[in-house]
Amino acid sequence: MADRLRLMQGNEACALAAAMAGVRFFAGYPITPSTEIAEQMSEMLPKLGGKFIQMEDEIASMAAIVGASLAGMKSMTATSGPGFSLKQENIGFATFTEVPCVVVNVQRTGPSTGLPTNTAQGDMMQAKYGSHGDIPAIALYPSTVPEIFDMTIKAINISEMLRQPVILLMDEIIAHMREKILVPTQEEVDKMLVSRPKPAKGIDKYLPYDASMSDVPPLAAYGEGYRFHVTGLYHDATGFPTSKPAEVDAKIRRIHRKVNNVVDDITFLRYDQMDDAEYAIVSCGSTARSARRAVVLAREKGIKVGSLQLKTIWPFPEAKVSEVCSKVKKVIVPEMNMGQMVHEVERVAKGRCKVVPYNRVDGEPLTPEEILETLAKEVAW
Amino acid sequence: MRKELRLSGSGGQGLITAGIILAEAAMRDGLEAVQTQSYGPEARGGAAKAEVILSDAEVDYPKVTSPDYILAMTPIACDRYGCNIKPGAKLVVDEDLVPNAPDSKHCYKFPITKISKEITGRPLSANIVALGVLNELFKFVSPERLEEAVRQRVPKASVEDNVRALNEGIRYTREKMQDK
Amino acid sequence: MAEAWDFLRTDKMPHIWCPGCGHGVMMNALLRTMAKLDVNKDDICVVSGIGCASRLPGYLDFNTLHTTHGRALAFATGIKLANPRLKVIVVSGDGDATAIGGNHLIHAARRNMDITLICMNNNIYGMTNGQYSPMTPTSMLATTAPYGNLERNFDLCKLVEGCGANYVARATAAHPRNISQYIEYALTHKGFQFVEVMTQCPTYYGRRNKLGGPVEMINSLKQNTILNTAAAKLPPEKLEGKIQIGEFVKKEELTYLDRFDAMVDRITGGVKP
Repeated sequence: MADRLRLMQGNEACALAAAMAGVRFFAGYPITPSTEIAEQMSEMLPKLGGKFIQMEDEIASMAAIVGASLAGMKSMTATSGPGFSLKQENIGFATFTEVPCVVVNVQRTGPSTGLPTNTAQGDMMQAKYGSHGDIPAIALYPSTVPEIFDMTIKAINISEMLRQPVILLMDEIIAHMREKILVPTQEEVDKMLVSRPKPAKGIDKYLPYDASMSDVPPLAAYGEGYRFHVTGLYHDATGFPTSKPAEVDAKIRRIHRKVNNVVDDITFLRYDQMDDAEYAIVSCGSTARSARRAVVLAREKGIKVGSLQLKTIWPFPEAKVSEVCSKVKKVIVPEMNMGQMVHEVERVAKGRCKVVPYNRVDGEPLTPEEILETLAKEVAW
Repeated sequence: MRKELRLSGSGGQGLITAGIILAEAAMRDGLEAVQTQSYGPEARGGAAKAEVILSDAEVDYPKVTSPDYILAMTPIACDRYGCNIKPGAKLVVDEDLVPNAPDSKHCYKFPITKISKEITGRPLSANIVALGVLNELFKFVSPERLEEAVRQRVPKASVEDNVRALNEGIRYTREKMQDK
Repeated sequence: MAEAWDFLRTDKMPHIWCPGCGHGVMMNALLRTMAKLDVNKDDICVVSGIGCASRLPGYLDFNTLHTTHGRALAFATGIKLANPRLKVIVVSGDGDATAIGGNHLIHAARRNMDITLICMNNNIYGMTNGQYSPMTPTSMLATTAPYGNLERNFDLCKLVEGCGANYVARATAAHPRNISQYIEYALTHKGFQFVEVMTQCPTYYGRRNKLGGPVEMINSLKQNTILNTAAAKLPPEKLEGKIQIGEFVKKEELTYLDRFDAMVDRITGGVKP
């Protein structure tokens, strides 16, 4: 118990959770503010029967984790803005070929090299639309160190369960801060774990994309005796290229459907003081912590406001956000970007409540006082 | 209860380690604790800054906005963080390193680095002396937990030196405050 | 005893290569070598990137992966590290391996990663209809070099040798026995094993540069090459315009996995995790 109670950095919690959840392959490339994750993995994995490699670039590290996952290992990489951009093509490849893996993106101020290494939330849309083609993106975004631990395990589980990459978003603040965490025991973690669907033993013919039984076809590992083919070209149930319109259509619709079907299971939210709220703050990551503080400060002034933290960003929790929009007068959406999630909230609000963006884009943390000011203006108006 | 601390000075003074130790001790005392450090322009020119928030409830906003307690270990840090503090906030400085410290009842002056040199022969434990001083003045955490946290965080070879530095910081502060 | 035929996915035929393309010669040699070595199909993994050459794995009855442009070696690195029991072979074209994948090439070789790379060098981007590649010789024509290529091409074997590979060899589509011999060596040794196979692309490279049809191009590969051991005995002026084939590097230095395993032994005291 004593050594399970730890003051732990966000990045460290992410790495530890991954190792405890069975990630045994990590390929990375140094980039602040995510590098501590690679450093931790390089220390832990060789002792756990796993492999760590620092690849020659971000693209290669993304490629390597997809290869390792196809060979049967739970795999992960971690990066930040510029590296996340570079990984996009292979994230698309993994999504399309349905290979589980987790990509951590610790957001820093962009565009381009930006401000290394100040905080930001500029990659919210990139997490969904970064790769070309229609990607059914899944992105989670914790706000505390214990949440980082928990969401890392959830990201790995979802990725295994759905055979697809999951993005774990963080921001510099939560990645670098140290906070109290009671680390669960290995037994407790083991009970949470989900593994990818595997083909039944001894089958004659394995079809890596046979969705006749489930939208998530079983995934064999290379070397297990099935000798299947994987390609980034459109493919049929056998895994070999097809350009038949009906098969092309079925493939792209299925990979979206498999995510849409489980939206409720992969939607994670936190509500604070929303029961009687007339105003709501919808936010994520470190900004959600500012929002919670703003709620406390505003309630002291008698403003009935609550906070909804989106721990799942993609797929966007439409139903739950819609519910909030139907109950409150106004929604404030504070973000450390020029306004990204606010468009999603507006889309879901459908004019039923006023949606007010608040944007901080100078590389500094978005403070509770700023949210409170924005809120106070809206209340008075 | 939410207490905000800013430990400021220059790189190499061990302020981030001090922040971590204090946060760990608070955690063992059953408090919530968050430790952050600054990067970017503020951290240039050898300046270093660690921030700690102690609370009896969940720490929401993790950054220090208006510190209740400031430690300044260099003149620049004192200028930047120590001269314009909010009413009721306390400033602690190294009296030999910070000649520009304000004369105010809220400013506490201690020979922090000098104590480290006297006790360990080196200035390296000034951060731990400072922890002793701060904790004796403001009683953030129990002395036992603080010593435990020091023992766990500092390099093995220097554990005893650092514990002596901590205790001397505490003893010196107790005596000086009694004299007052 | 297995036959070359046994390793083909015959239901995936016909292949996409043009009549007269040299890639098939390499595939033939690869399959014959597999048969000679009597490999277990389940233990072989063939990885490719994008391009004409990269369609090859689809025709082979192994674990096969057709990845993104240039990245095959990086995917292969992940596979090899995750399951070192697999014999991992990367097949690529010259654009794939040396342009967009150049970074991965030099680093896989530098690491002495336990992977065999067979680069089918036809001096052109064939799949996109004939643009110049880093292997297109200076002043040759391509759709993006209508006035002649300004750039110099790599000596690919020297490049890979300089990066530290354990094995470096070159053959051409006119020398199928050499291809088989070099691939056999590569598949039975550890570390980064590199075989460059010069192939003809009559459709784009040959036609645009008026090099004749497949027969003329094969003849030219035959006439313009010299075995490196023979070349060593000739004065430089006799080697002008000649392409050297043969085995250039044959080392058995520690590989990435050798070093990794030794590190694990060291940090765990020999107790396997």
